[in-house]
Amino acid sequence: MKGSLIILSFFATGLLLGIFRLFPADILHYNTSFYVLCALMFSVGISIGNDPNSFRQFRSLNPRLIFLPLMTILGTWLGVIAVGFFLNDRSLADCLAVGSGFGYYSLSSILITQYKGVELGTIALLSNIMREVITLLFAPWMLKYFGKLAPISAGGATTMDTTFPVIVRNSGKEFAVVSIYQGFVMDFSVPFLVTFFCSLK
Amino acid sequence: MFIVIGCMLAGIIVGYFFRQRKIRSIHKIILALIWLLLFLLGLEVGANETVVSQFAKLGFEAFLLAVGGTFGSIIAAWLLWLSVRNKSISK
Repeated sequence: MKGSLIILSFFATGLLLGIFRLFPADILHYNTSFYVLCALMFSVGISIGNDPNSFRQFRSLNPRLIFLPLMTILGTWLGVIAVGFFLNDRSLADCLAVGSGFGYYSLSSILITQYKGVELGTIALLSNIMREVITLLFAPWMLKYFGKLAPISAGGATTMDTTFPVIVRNSGKEFAVVSIYQGFVMDFSVPFLVTFFCSLK
Repeated sequence: MFIVIGCMLAGIIVGYFFRQRKIRSIHKIILALIWLLLFLLGLEVGANETVVSQFAKLGFEAFLLAVGGTFGSIIAAWLLWLSVRNKSISK
């Protein structure tokens, strides 16, 4: 939990500095986070390559894990539908469109803003950022009560980039391939599923 | 997207070449980069005026959808986990 609080405090600090413009404006213009992400992925790669056990563990993965992205999609939809009944302002299709971002907030919010307007687009942005943050913060808790696949499923489409390092840290290196596989499948699904739900009146 | 994956593949190759010599500090570097990335994510959200001004109004709905979607997927993943964990996932 201490680790999560540290992560949250970094996010909160960034949020406050962003609101009050207490940072050099150039930081966001130069895609800084993208380069940091690349550095992060490079480091994660080193930690995988540096451990001779990682490659052996990949082979012992159960083929049934191919169904993980499908479980992620269906589980997300059911959860979002359940919440949707309590949101009177939003149709179920709207809720499903937001949910079908699966944490891929940049693309889903752009698509939804285009199809459904800024309001739902903003919800999509916030909701999918939150999904990513929830995964980053609560991965250890998910792991403890719902098994090693839970953080991967929660990560949705982000499991091969932003939440990947946290998943590997928690579920273990042997789940790196599942995590990348899920992220890959989900990344391709997001544009199709979001567009589909936006097209339902 | 492919550049990001490429970075990791490059890292795997580099790490593999140096596997005789354990790079112990890499986990601390990973953690520091996660912190930096979260800080930048906060910065990006905070600097977006549209999002900040509507934060309270739309944030709550977004929060409910995020929790619902995440929790639903966790339960689904749990069901899959229960069906595979005793099979061939070796420790």
